[in-house]
Amino acid sequence: MTTAVLLQAFWLVFDPYVLLVILCSALFGLFVGAIPGLSATMATALLVPITFFMPPVPAIAAIVTATAMAIFSGDIPGALLRIPGTPASAAYTDEAYQMTLKGQAEIALGAGLLFSAIGGLFGTIVMVLFSPALAEIALKFSSFEYFWLVVLGLAGAVFIGNTSVLKACISLLLGLLIACIGLENPAGHLRFTFGMKELMSGVELIPMMVGMFAVSELLRYITNMDPPPMIATEKIGNIFAGMWGLLKKYPWALLRGSALGTIIGIQPGSGADMASWLSYAMSKKFSKEPEKFGTGHVEGIVESGAANNSSLAGAWIPAIVFGIPGDSITAIAIGVLYLKNMNPGPMIFINNPENIYAIFLVFILANIIMVPLGWLTVKLATKILRVKRNILMPIILMFCIVGSFSINNSVWGVTLILFFGVVSFIFEENGFPVAPAILGVVLGTMMEENFVTSMIKSDGDPLVFFTRPIAMWLAISTIVILLWPVGTWAYDRIKNGPAPEPSQ
Amino acid sequence: MKINDTLSGLALLALSLLILYTVSSYPVIPGQNIGPGAFPGLLAGLLALCSVLLIRKGLKAKKHEDWVVIGGWVKSWFHLRNFLITVGCLFFYIYLSDYLGFIICGTILLAVMFAALEVRAKAILPIALIVTLVIHFIFYKGLRVPLPWGLLMPIQW
Repeated sequence: MTTAVLLQAFWLVFDPYVLLVILCSALFGLFVGAIPGLSATMATALLVPITFFMPPVPAIAAIVTATAMAIFSGDIPGALLRIPGTPASAAYTDEAYQMTLKGQAEIALGAGLLFSAIGGLFGTIVMVLFSPALAEIALKFSSFEYFWLVVLGLAGAVFIGNTSVLKACISLLLGLLIACIGLENPAGHLRFTFGMKELMSGVELIPMMVGMFAVSELLRYITNMDPPPMIATEKIGNIFAGMWGLLKKYPWALLRGSALGTIIGIQPGSGADMASWLSYAMSKKFSKEPEKFGTGHVEGIVESGAANNSSLAGAWIPAIVFGIPGDSITAIAIGVLYLKNMNPGPMIFINNPENIYAIFLVFILANIIMVPLGWLTVKLATKILRVKRNILMPIILMFCIVGSFSINNSVWGVTLILFFGVVSFIFEENGFPVAPAILGVVLGTMMEENFVTSMIKSDGDPLVFFTRPIAMWLAISTIVILLWPVGTWAYDRIKNGPAPEPSQ
Repeated sequence: MKINDTLSGLALLALSLLILYTVSSYPVIPGQNIGPGAFPGLLAGLLALCSVLLIRKGLKAKKHEDWVVIGGWVKSWFHLRNFLITVGCLFFYIYLSDYLGFIICGTILLAVMFAALEVRAKAILPIALIVTLVIHFIFYKGLRVPLPWGLLMPIQW
């Protein structure tokens, strides 16, 4: 890292316009995260049409900042309403709510805020230290390795943490097939356009994402029959009181959560939700007082609050270095990078290192300003939670419409959000996860290119996929992940006899 | 609304067969063993396999569930109506925004949605109009998105 590049990155980030974008997207992220039913992914999807009009660095800064904030502020309705603001807070929502009932709302929220920021910084440091080195290695990769990397990423999306692997597979395949639409394939042949000229260049990513993650969530709100929740407490004291004590009491929990979160983030296909569930479970396992978990004990919040924010930074490592997203948020962000002609991959470290360091700086900045802004949000929490959602939701719908219209100034974008919104709503109602589909769409083109190139290079001999050393290791890890569920299923079956309803 | 996996599986199977059929007519590139149909063909093949597994799973579950379970929000008129209104609003925008223009179209759309979600009657129109104008200002003036003027063309600003 040369000083000149670092200085250039500083200039890119500490520009009044970029700082303003960061501040606005931070407030936006905090607000969206704090409203139950609006997730961090939705915050990203709503931001994307606006970032379309920005230069690359502020565009990415907006996404990075908004998601980091939304993941923290998802803890607020968790503690006060017992409804996680974002799925990443779900793991410890009950715990935080129990603390609120005991009159310790400020400790739950303070721990959530402070340890989120520390976890986020931890993940960022790992990212800063490892991604340039990883990019060096990635430079040696050829189409075979890239093919396996994509498959590994997609396998992770399907096999980790999904209730129905089969349905996740289907969702993924549909995503990959959507990526096949249009003219942009190695052969330059027009595919699946049904005679519509709008489809010639493929399905536009932004309206698709807005449909899948914003419109479908709106439909879910509209069809949600749960009674309106009650706010458990009105008064929240000083959230920073006693935090030093917690830091001294649970240093290992903090470190473990941050490290686990980063690793889960790096693993393609699993993001913040997964990180917080796993680290909550881990915290309970390693705790000296596991019996207190679930009764309003702060230890789990320390650990998984750090984990879900550190996973955000972790997810960016494969995204920047290989162009392979670690979760649906980075999938959206990668789509934005492509639109900005800032194609992720190892070459970006050579061609535009200042942009990469600018992203690193944004991560650090976002996690630092999270503390004061988060404090402010907690102060205003009871007001934010009273925002009339029946007014807010139609406004969000209007934003979706205008945002998707603005991508190429035609109602075709609105047609896409309608289609993908309704389809993903129905899919989710029937237990098909949507995240694998978006990963499939983003990675489809890359997968096909590397597949076709490799097949041409090898004269159609698929064995070549296994002969190069790195490719072989990647192939083995992929196959292990693919066979893992089959293996555990077979093991269960041998051990316990035939199961009445084998899980797929 | 919960659809039995057998039905979803059949639909997906039909889709994958359709793709395989379409792909079979794609040209082969001379001198190469892999054409534009190879990759989608491979995906469709895998999708067909998954669909068959899903149908099998659905048939097993069929013993204790119906083909289609109409439950939850579909049964509640209020929620079903609002679902249809939301989808209808998007159709309305797609077909009429060019003619009516963004401001008229947006105000009507918001007003309908507010009314459906039971916002106070007196507040509906003012909020709908103000929000539309603010969004118009941000996107038309700020981001220079050419939102259609439609009927308001003569008085555009």
